[in-house]
Amino acid sequence: MGQEEIRGLLPVLELYLSNPLVIMMLEILLIFIKVVVVTLVVFSLPLPLTYMERKVAGHIQVRLGPMRVGPHGILQPLADMIKLFFKEDIIPSKADPWLFRIAPVISMVPVFAVFATIPFGDKITIPFINYEVSMYISDMNVGILYVLAIAGLSVYGIILGGWASNSKYALLGGLRSSAQMISYELALSFACIGVVMIVNSLSLVDIVKAQSGWHWNIFYQPVGFVIFFIAGLAEINRIPFDLPEDEGTLGAGYHSEYSSMRFAFFMLTEYVAMVSMSILAVLLFFGGWNGPSFLPGIIWFVIKVVLCIYFFMWTRFTFPRYRYDQLMSIGWKVLLPLSLLNILITGLIII
Amino acid sequence: MAEQIFFFIFAVLAVGSAIAVVSFKNPVYSVLSLMVCFLQMAALFVMLRSPFLAVVQVFVYVGAVLVLFLFVIMMLDIRKARMDQFITGGNFWAIGLLGILIIEMILIISKSRLTSITVSSELRLDGGVREIGEALFTKYILPFEIVSFILLVALMGAIVLGRKELR
Repeated sequence: MGQEEIRGLLPVLELYLSNPLVIMMLEILLIFIKVVVVTLVVFSLPLPLTYMERKVAGHIQVRLGPMRVGPHGILQPLADMIKLFFKEDIIPSKADPWLFRIAPVISMVPVFAVFATIPFGDKITIPFINYEVSMYISDMNVGILYVLAIAGLSVYGIILGGWASNSKYALLGGLRSSAQMISYELALSFACIGVVMIVNSLSLVDIVKAQSGWHWNIFYQPVGFVIFFIAGLAEINRIPFDLPEDEGTLGAGYHSEYSSMRFAFFMLTEYVAMVSMSILAVLLFFGGWNGPSFLPGIIWFVIKVVLCIYFFMWTRFTFPRYRYDQLMSIGWKVLLPLSLLNILITGLIII
Repeated sequence: MAEQIFFFIFAVLAVGSAIAVVSFKNPVYSVLSLMVCFLQMAALFVMLRSPFLAVVQVFVYVGAVLVLFLFVIMMLDIRKARMDQFITGGNFWAIGLLGILIIEMILIISKSRLTSITVSSELRLDGGVREIGEALFTKYILPFEIVSFILLVALMGAIVLGRKELR
């Protein structure tokens, strides 16, 4: 088809696009496409992230990390995936078979559901047909509350997985993680309240828009960010707060009895949770997709998120693990009062 | 129209899971059904144009209260706990009470004006957060404070009960 013919088709297309029924169908189709794209991207993210994590670990510990499969070991995640696929899926004979099977799925669903409200950028206009497409699936007016509430649900998978395995290590891991996640969820939410008070909106899109022009919240809420980051580390069960899977005392914790793809689902959940926590940190404190205009917003967004993920990995290979009673006293006696004080001071300054 | 279909999906699931809560023999399954029930109720809150209440429902009940339920149930000896079902056979008092409740519900529903399931299409763009906050801290400040005081007393009671005996 020549250039002329495309030009000739455009008015017909515009006529179609002004029909309300067509617009509605298009919007439904668009939401569907967005959901599929986001899910696929998020689903495949753990592959580069495991590679990145092992390389970061290697270089921090003055070794090379994976080197054998492909140039600089770049195909290592694929090899791991194939290995996990072909392993035997063992269900312990004394386990509760139904819950044991469904627990990895229960832990995986919430971390994906979180992405329904996460904005990756502002609206963009498709050239030629002047159709506006937003870079988020939905702009919920209670966005941040939704993200925090749904992210908190993934603890169910961990608890149920630990309980259904019918093994004492797994059960202890599940118990530890439920206590830990409830305790740190409070501090995490309170740290977000400071940001909400400044921005005066619960919508994630509004929060990012309020930070345009270098008015990043980290400059106004440094204490809030520190609390958010520490509580976030505990929420996604990473060192120094990875007590639920403390290999020194619990074997592998809640996923001790899991193998093959079910184990892979738990790993996937952990990596996706890390990504969503980094995205939340970027949206709340680092201005989301705002940045100097020589790069498009989405690129800035990805750069910030990757830096944040790198920071999470860096802490993993730098800090030792806390003891369990220390973990609880940090959460309740340090982070919670600090976050309340932060809210109080923010409120006083705003008034 | 689409809204009514969704309403029926959520309503049927909510009632079904609520029945499942009391009919499962394994308490862990009961808690899971209760989780499903609460999620359906959150969905119904969304349909009533109150996303804030829906999210709070998920946050408080599903995210915290039920996790504590699970926490306690996992400490129980499940094989022993299975013996005490909620509905035991031959309990005539319970069945009689159920009958009275059903008659009462039918009477209330038939007398009330709330039989239509269509809801106002007025969209609340801020999720009603501002209205709820203002109502709580101005008009209903006394009940709000009393409830928080009762919760504080309950908390103190739990701590006293849970504390080891001092010698």
